[in-house]
Order: sequence, then structure tokens, then C-alpha cells
Amino acid sequence: MLNKTFSLAMVATVASVAFAGQALARDQIRIVGSSTVFPFSTAVAEAFGSSGKFKTPVVESTGSGGGLKLFCAGADLNTPDMTNASRRIKKSEVENCAKNGVADITEVKIGFDGIVLANSKTAAPLNLTKKQIFMALAKQVPVNGKLVDNPYKTWKDVDPSLPDIRIEVLGPPPTSGTRDAFVELAMEGGAKEFEMLAELKKADKKAFKAVAHTVREDGAYIEAGENDNLIVQKLESNADAVGIFGFSFLDQNADKLQGAIVGGVEPTFENIADGKYGISRSLFFYVKDSHVGQVPGIKEFIAEFTSEKAFGEYGYLTEKGLIPLTEAEREKVRADAMALVPLKLM
Amino acid sequence: MTDTQNDVEATGWRSDKFIAGLAKRKRSERRFRLTGLLAILTALTLLGILLFSIFSTGYTAFIQTYITLDVTFSESVIDKNGARDPAELRAANYNRLVQDALRKKFPEVTSRGDLRTLFSLVSNDASQTLREMVEKDPGLIGKTVPVRLLAGDDVDMVRKGYIDRESAEEDRRVKNEELVWLDALLKEGAVSTHFNSGFFTNGDSREPEKAGIAGAMVGSFYTLIITMIIAFPIGVMTAIYLEEFAPKNKLNDLIEVNINNLAAVPSIVFGLLGLAIFLNVAHLPRSAPLVGGLTLALMTLPTIIIAARAAIRAVPDSIRQAALGLGASSQQAAFHHILPLSMPGILTGTIIGLSQALGETAPLLMIGMVAFIADVPSTISDPATVMPVQIYLWADSSERAFVEKTSGAIMVLLGFLILMNAFAIVLRKKFERRW
Repeated sequence: MLNKTFSLAMVATVASVAFAGQALARDQIRIVGSSTVFPFSTAVAEAFGSSGKFKTPVVESTGSGGGLKLFCAGADLNTPDMTNASRRIKKSEVENCAKNGVADITEVKIGFDGIVLANSKTAAPLNLTKKQIFMALAKQVPVNGKLVDNPYKTWKDVDPSLPDIRIEVLGPPPTSGTRDAFVELAMEGGAKEFEMLAELKKADKKAFKAVAHTVREDGAYIEAGENDNLIVQKLESNADAVGIFGFSFLDQNADKLQGAIVGGVEPTFENIADGKYGISRSLFFYVKDSHVGQVPGIKEFIAEFTSEKAFGEYGYLTEKGLIPLTEAEREKVRADAMALVPLKLM
Repeated sequence: MTDTQNDVEATGWRSDKFIAGLAKRKRSERRFRLTGLLAILTALTLLGILLFSIFSTGYTAFIQTYITLDVTFSESVIDKNGARDPAELRAANYNRLVQDALRKKFPEVTSRGDLRTLFSLVSNDASQTLREMVEKDPGLIGKTVPVRLLAGDDVDMVRKGYIDRESAEEDRRVKNEELVWLDALLKEGAVSTHFNSGFFTNGDSREPEKAGIAGAMVGSFYTLIITMIIAFPIGVMTAIYLEEFAPKNKLNDLIEVNINNLAAVPSIVFGLLGLAIFLNVAHLPRSAPLVGGLTLALMTLPTIIIAARAAIRAVPDSIRQAALGLGASSQQAAFHHILPLSMPGILTGTIIGLSQALGETAPLLMIGMVAFIADVPSTISDPATVMPVQIYLWADSSERAFVEKTSGAIMVLLGFLILMNAFAIVLRKKFERRW
């Protein structure tokens, strides 16, 4: 009897594998990419699916780099149709795409994301400059014309105007797109304000980047994982700590946390939208043009994403924390996206 | 004098040295017992804290706030030409009905911004509720009926006390005017809380009040079924062969060492293997429970083989010898006697292996099951996600209301794990035999 059960199970398995192998033609859009764009992409996917004409697209959260790798793996229907990115596609990635037969890509810019430094409401608000951020977080800083290992232990050491508490910053790990953007916008911006490093940048770009992009590893900067909710919880329980995360988490937790003023500008929705706040980046998604027409609904999905009710000033994506483009820019993005204008880098 | 006498007499177990040593040994034993007790207490306290933190934030996920509104199903909005054409009824703007109902309730609200806030009191799921009602009963058109609609997540958070009404207005997601409206509705008795059945019947959603774990539960179920169909027979066959038939030689020793090693390989490695074999070579669909199940089967196989071998080895040799002595072939001895006797142990091992697979996310990342999938899968090749992945995705969402959903989903997952393990224990107790 057992023999029979086993052989039955085997037959069932083989049959199911054979049956599933044929399911190649797709009627469902597949999207991969950045975890920062994930909440927006999924919100659009849900709205798109609930209209009832097409299946709800499947959105995977793989990170910007991982998404582009999958996206560029080939042009057949086993590869994703779109990828989200919290940074622009790199030249090397476009080349990799072309090598694998993905020639035409359409870039759609969807809006901005602000990166904030925040601490608990029970503590005094911070007022920082990019230079101070660099001094507090870089592994090596210039002191008296020489690069030395970061000697600053408290915020007061960095600048007398800052409170006398230990530097304790919770932030994303190097694998995160938020971290990339943070070091590029905040730390590099701060590093340039040192004359010595500005000169280094002119002389040796690589050496400058190594200094500007390296975060200290002596315990003052704590890598808190990719989960921003975790950072929020830790800030609540530790009033001395400062966290680095996306604006939407500050927006949702405004009763517990306050954003640090950076360069004299508060991290508010309006300030990020009109570009006054210094640490914000653009968000994108990329479309594989050859799949349009092969997988139903791609054009309609782009139309939904770039509609005013989604990425407009009062659209549902702003509710989720997306900071919209200006009206003129939105018009242009919409027109280009609908015409599937292929991407040209520089 | 007496002293010297004592010194002479007290030898053996009565000697001072021995008595002192005895006290020392007893002390040592007490210390050891105390340490053991402390270890257990620490473990229990930690477990208690974990469970308490999950349950205290999670139980509210099973209750949801609803707002009852008098909705007028105006023909002019949903069926302009009065044809009752199903396609038209499907595409109609039901949101407008909800908005009209809210406007009628609060006629003093007129500015655009305020209206937007007012409309956010009710979840955008409401339009779907109304559409389903009309599709079921087109006779509703033209009538005004009270309808219970899902409240927005912010309202829900206020009702459950997660948003502090006393804090300064600019710090709150729910503004004063919203609280005024909410209080007006509360006074009328229009706000009610009910068991959140949607949590168990809906797929994933970006709106916390709509999000449910049905998709993930079905995904987990399909995945585990595939894992069991593949891993159980192969694992048991391997174990029987290795224990009963395989000759003792270098090759089989090598296989044995490798199986033991495989059981300790980090699960992400199996994900990479699954990606390489099932997706890149076999071209099976991405994100499907089929591929997830196959990958997890690879991961569970060593556990099952090891457990099954141990169970087979525990069957006394006398049974084997008796069967062979009565003329049974080796195969008959294995399948008629050894296997039935070792089955409880094998099943226990299998279930423990499967509950391990139920909690796994890392290998699924590589094969695309860490994804937002709104539809509940209906076959094993539909895109799906599993429960631990759903927990991970919710824990990563910025909306405050997802915090309780995350804990709620953890409670459901823990429930399933306890059920499976309890089943394993019952099986063992029921069929176990001692020799």
C-alpha cells in the first residue's frame, strides 16, 4: 500500500512540473527593484489591478542594483518588464542590458524621496550643516591640514553650538540605496566644504570619494539594517540617538520624532518638493520597450503611474510619502513615458 | 586526649576530610541545580517577553473599525442610461457614492482640502464593497440604505488608541477637524468595531485596513504541499536504502558525511541552487509556490533523511532477523516490518522539517517570492508569497497601522507552527512503540 502511495505522489509531482513548465506566456506584469520605490509601485499596482481590466502586477523588492541585474538579464518573457530604482541607471548597466539584447529602455522619473536625520521628540531638536554631518560620521576627517581618524566623540566636539551628547547615529547598511544616497548627498556635500578635500577632489577624484564616502566604524555609526521601522523604535527608546531614514517614516511618526534641520532647512514636504532641502534624491522606474504589446497592460500601467491622481501633487502616492515633481516636469515625464522615448545617457 | 582518639577513629567515610568533601559536593550540586533553574527561568522570561510584545500589539489586528453611512445608490451616478449593463455597473464610479454620503452627513465641509480629509475617513475599499452590493442586487439602484463601510487606517488607529489625541495637532496624522467629525459619528453610533474577517480572507494590500494574509496562507500551503510531496518520498527512500541495502564502503560513507553536512548549509544557498536549476535551466515560472516548494524540498531533504535513518536504526534487529528467518526478502522485511515500525519517528522528523520550511524566507528571496502579490493564488504556478515573507514586508512598511498587522500575522504563523508540532507529538505518542 505504501508503495502505491509513493508512486502516486511521484506521478503527481512529475505531472505538476510538466504542466507548470508550459506557463510561459504571461498575462501579468512583473516588476522588480528598489525597496524605496516598492511602496509606491505596489500602491499603483493595486489601484491598477482593482480597476478590473488587468491582473494586479507582481512587484518584487530586490533593491535597485539587484532589480537592474534581473531586468537586464535578457529580453525574453521570463525577465521582468519593469524595474524600480532609487538612483539613475548606470552606464555599465545600460551596456550590460544592450549586451543581453535589451536595447530600448524607457526611463520614467516619478518624484523625490527626502532622507532625514531625526531624533526623539523628548530631546532637543538638532540644527546641522552638511559639514557637521561629515565631521560627525566620516571615518577620517581633516584636522589641522591632515587626515586623521575621526576624533569627535560628542556632538559638542564637532561644533560648540551642538549638544553635549555622545554621537550615536542609527543608519542603513552599505547595501542600501538610502545609504548610497546619504553618503553622496550629505557626506560628500560636507566634505567639499573642507578646502583640503576640495583640492583633493580636483587632483584625485577616487581618493576624495574614498574619504567622503567612508563612514566611521568605531561604534558611533550603528548599522541598523534595512528596516526603517526598527530605527524609529530605537529612537523612541533612546533620546540621545539620531536616525537616518526616508521621509515617509518621519511623516508617519511625526508625533514621536522630529527631523533635524540641515543647512538651515527643515525637512518638510514642501521644502523637499521645491528642492530647498539638501538631502533628497530622484526615484525612477525603467520599462523594457520590447515587452510593451507582448505583456498586456504595460502602457496602461505607465499611464496609471504618471496620472495626476497617482503621482500628482494631491495624488495617492503623496499620501504614501512620495514627494512629487513640479507640474511642468510631470507633464514632460508623462508625455515622454507614454511615447516610450528611449533612454539616452548624457 | 579525646582529640587524638577522634583523629584515629575517624577514617573512611567518617573522616573530617570526607565530611568536608561531602559538604563541598552537596554545595556544588545545589549550585548546579540553581544554575539550571536560572537558565530555564531566563529562557522562559525571554519567551514571555517576546510573546507578550507580540500579543499586546497584535490582538488589535483582529478587530477593525467600521463606519455606517446612509448611501444613496443614485442612478445618475452609477447607471446613467439605466440599461443595467453589467459591464457598465462594474466600471462605474462608486467612490462618488461614498463621497456624496459623507458630504450629506457633513454639509458644512466645502473647501477642497477639507473634503479630501473628510473622504479619507472611509477606506477606499468602500467603493469595492458598494460595487459588489450592486452587482449582487441591481435592485438597490435608486434606493438609500445604511451600509457598513471599512474606516480609513488613521480612524482605526485613533479608535484603538495608537494615536494620542492629546498631543499637539501638527504632530498628529489625524487633525482636529477629523477628530470632530469622528466624534460626531461616534455620538450617532455610526462607528462600530467588528471582528476583522478580511484579515483572513483578503490578499495583500497597500492599505493596512484592507490587507489580509489569505494570499500568504494559501501560498504557504501550496509551497508546503510541494515540499512534502517531493521531500518525503525521496527522503524516506534514501534513508531505507542507506540503512537496509547500501553496502558499507567508502562511497557510502562519503554520501553519509555529505548528507549530514547539507543539513547545516545556510538556507540562502539552497535559494541560489533553486534559482540556478528551477528558474534558469528548467524555466519554471518565477515567484510560484511550485518553485518555492521544490527549493524548500532541497533544504528539508537532509533533515528528513537524518530523522528517518535514526528512526529506522531504532527498530530492533530481532524484528529484521525474524522476518528474514521466516523467508521474507530484504525488501519485504523493509516494507512490511521496518518501515511501519519506524513511521512515527519518520513522520515526526518530517513535520519538524516542514515547520522549519514554513518559517523560511531567505531561499525564497532568490526565486522571487519576496514580492507584493495582491491576488490570492489559485494554482501552484501562480505568483504567491508565504507567511514569513508577508510579515517581513509589512514590518518594512511605513504606515503605522501595519505594526499591529505584522504582530497579528506573526500570531497566525506561530499558531500554525504550534499546530504542526502538536500534530507531530500526537503522532509520536499514538504510534510510538518501546522495546
